[in-house]
Amino acid sequence: MRMIRSFVPGLLLLFLLVGFVPVAQAQDDPGQALLESLATESYAEKSEAIEAIITSGDERSRRWLEELLDGKLQRHKDSGRFVIVVENRGRSWPVIDALSFDDAGEMSRRDLDRIGINNALRGQLQSALAVLDLYTDDVDDRREAARELLGSMDATLVEPLREVIADEGDAEVRRLLEQGLAIHRLSEGDIDAIAELEGSLNSRVRAALNSAARSDDPLIADAASAALDDIEQKRRLNSGLETLYFGLSLGSVLVLAAIGLAITFGVMGVINMAHGELIMLGAYTTWAMQQLLPGQPGLALVLSIPAGFLVAALAGIAIERGVIQFLKGRPLETLLATFGVSLILQQLVRTVISPQNRTVVSPDWMSGSLMINEGLSLTLNRLFVLGFALVVFAGLMLVMRRTRLGLEVRAVTQNRAMARAMGIRATRVDIMTFALGSGVAGLAGVALSQLTNVGPNLGQNYIIDSFMVVVFGGVGNLWGTLVAGLSLGVINQVLEPWAGAVLAKIIVLVFIILFIQKRPRGLFPQKGRAAEG
Amino acid sequence: MWLLQPFNEGATRLFLGVLLACLALVTVLHLAVPAGHPLHVSAYTVTLLGKYLSYALLAVAVDLVWGYLGILSLGHGAFFALGGYAMGMYLMRQIGDRGTYGDPILPDFMVFLNWDSLPWYWLGFDMPWFAFLMVMLAPGALALVFGFLAFRSRVTGVYLSIITQAMTFALMLAFFRNEMGFGGNNGLTDFRELLGFDLRTDVTRLGLFVATGLALALGYVLCRAIVTSKLGRVSVACRDAEARTRFLGYRVERFQLFVFVVSAMLAGVAGALYVPQVGIINPSEFSPIFSIEIVLWVALGGRGTLYGAVIGALLVNYAKTVFTGAMPDAWLFALGGMFVLVTVFLPKGVAGLLSYRLKRKEHQSDDSSTPQEATS
Repeated sequence: MRMIRSFVPGLLLLFLLVGFVPVAQAQDDPGQALLESLATESYAEKSEAIEAIITSGDERSRRWLEELLDGKLQRHKDSGRFVIVVENRGRSWPVIDALSFDDAGEMSRRDLDRIGINNALRGQLQSALAVLDLYTDDVDDRREAARELLGSMDATLVEPLREVIADEGDAEVRRLLEQGLAIHRLSEGDIDAIAELEGSLNSRVRAALNSAARSDDPLIADAASAALDDIEQKRRLNSGLETLYFGLSLGSVLVLAAIGLAITFGVMGVINMAHGELIMLGAYTTWAMQQLLPGQPGLALVLSIPAGFLVAALAGIAIERGVIQFLKGRPLETLLATFGVSLILQQLVRTVISPQNRTVVSPDWMSGSLMINEGLSLTLNRLFVLGFALVVFAGLMLVMRRTRLGLEVRAVTQNRAMARAMGIRATRVDIMTFALGSGVAGLAGVALSQLTNVGPNLGQNYIIDSFMVVVFGGVGNLWGTLVAGLSLGVINQVLEPWAGAVLAKIIVLVFIILFIQKRPRGLFPQKGRAAEG
Repeated sequence: MWLLQPFNEGATRLFLGVLLACLALVTVLHLAVPAGHPLHVSAYTVTLLGKYLSYALLAVAVDLVWGYLGILSLGHGAFFALGGYAMGMYLMRQIGDRGTYGDPILPDFMVFLNWDSLPWYWLGFDMPWFAFLMVMLAPGALALVFGFLAFRSRVTGVYLSIITQAMTFALMLAFFRNEMGFGGNNGLTDFRELLGFDLRTDVTRLGLFVATGLALALGYVLCRAIVTSKLGRVSVACRDAEARTRFLGYRVERFQLFVFVVSAMLAGVAGALYVPQVGIINPSEFSPIFSIEIVLWVALGGRGTLYGAVIGALLVNYAKTVFTGAMPDAWLFALGGMFVLVTVFLPKGVAGLLSYRLKRKEHQSDDSSTPQEATS
């Protein structure tokens, strides 16, 4: 504050020296005339002046009207110069020129005349500002403006809007504007307007119909309640779809986290408690990639997909060679040893990087949402993850079913001795399988980095869920994992609204525990000899 | 009588002798040696040792199911915590109107949540006999239901481990909820007295330490009695060849259920002894990582020996105290490293190392009590 104060005399001096020069130039500006017409006592004349500004097409008109609405458009008493007050505190206010928007130093508040408005003018200005946006070139801005206008139309706007509709190229904007007009007509008692509003999910439309349903005219009231019921049904459908979407999204995360486990646990029979930490490594790879390529989150994310796979796969190979190969045929010991590995990896990340969460930026093309209709929009990042999960699943199926590696893996798991007798190098297959499963965990990490915080505990949060998914789906069955993951996700989301997030999770866990009692081999049990492993 | 059977074993007598001698030694060093003397054992150390002993009892309980039944429970922390909560509820009721809000009946957190009466499951916990009964019955009941369902449908091996882990995880989430009526995140704390003894005095702490040591001795004898009885022989048979035992006509699931429930009750007692010494019980005792840590104590000490579990619990927890004090960052490295090294290089644990030495001396070749992992 002290510094600013010491500047004030200097600025004032500057103003005195140069202050009057722009005014001379401004006399030629048509804007000056437009603003002059505002500086009148009569509100009727002001209203006309506002209309004139709107129709002038001057690109500054938006700013003028906004400042006028805020009471910041003011007139210098002596020079007749129009300024915009930047901050009205203290005695002298910093202002900018209303025509050029350049800094105009400070002016004493006593020298300034506010251009006053009343409530009628305020309403006119608000809708005028909304209409003003309908003239912009950007379609999204126009839609936004049209949405804003819904429900706040009055008689003065009807005529100008009809012209706008006639000129409008975008169907969505036209539809919105016509809806707005229909709301206006409905408020004036036009029963035909209800037909136009039917099926809209906009909250303003509902508000208008609600007030119409309480109308004295029984015809209008009945028609409005019928339309409301219709809308209510549609809304229920929408929220159902939304739950389904969130469920599938959660499910896709579970599938991604579990599918690598389905390979290492399900196919190889190795309990890898460090699986969650491999996911974490994938997520941290994404973060590291973004640190290496600052300013290009999209490219970094795309590159993280192979990088995350590679990092996690290498870590997986290290775990397999370093620990698991010594514990063949001792599943419980494998569980404990890999749990130890998971603790070490967690602490490693805490010590080397940071115990705090790291932020991974989402690229532009993944943020935002896809609007299906007015009541339902799907967030893009979740949509991408859902697609990614399906792609990874398909790729994994392809590897297991159509490649030599997949054939060898299946051969070794079904009968190790026989496979070796046929010339398959079982040890190499073990390494490759474990690397594949771990790499997929890395991919899950890359995807998860777009949805949750990347921190040392990331993996821990998913390990129990992942095991649940694999066990629920049936060990050794990739399809089972997909179905189990997606259905658990949906069940969780369906339960959430009435049970709360934590209770829903508990219910799902208890459900799985009970389910395993009933069908110990999961949804899709393996058949044949492998089942008695 | 089968309960006295273990006293005929040299190893058990040795174990009990060492344990009781340690209890007496600590008592003497605490009471008779003046403070400031290098041999004086402070009240802090006594409480710490008491905590270790309650962990040791918990480890014995885990070893009973893992070492002699082949069931790797990753949820024993849940039984421990349930016992602890039962004790905690009794201690909460003992606070009476001395809490922050001064309500004669409701614990502070319930007043804070604007509850106007005790939930039904808190009734009766003002009576010590009821609370002490619940210390065993609550974990026992959970183990009974869970075990009945699991063993009946022959869920064993890794599957059982994973669903026990899910069980304790679900319980942790549940106990974190304030609506459950167990103090939510903060758990139960601010205890004052137990059976009229002020928990903050050194004498009470010493008493709790000795009580824990005696409980460990009793638990050990009980487990020893179980594993040396016919029941124990069948359990070992279930561990090594479940299908064969079943074909011989034994109802495997009944043996499993019985031993599992006994083990859960022992874990509950351990929890109940732990809570007054530590002064708090909160949902973190339910966390899966704690349960899995217990298994490490047993694995490090040597599973299937019982005394190995005690050694493991004491060693690991002493190491934890040292590490988390000196280098907190290194503790998880050490713990993780222990998991890996013990399973890979020391499958029979410290006890295995000891008996290997003994065997080499005595040229013995057969020890029937060492576990052989069934490959299922």
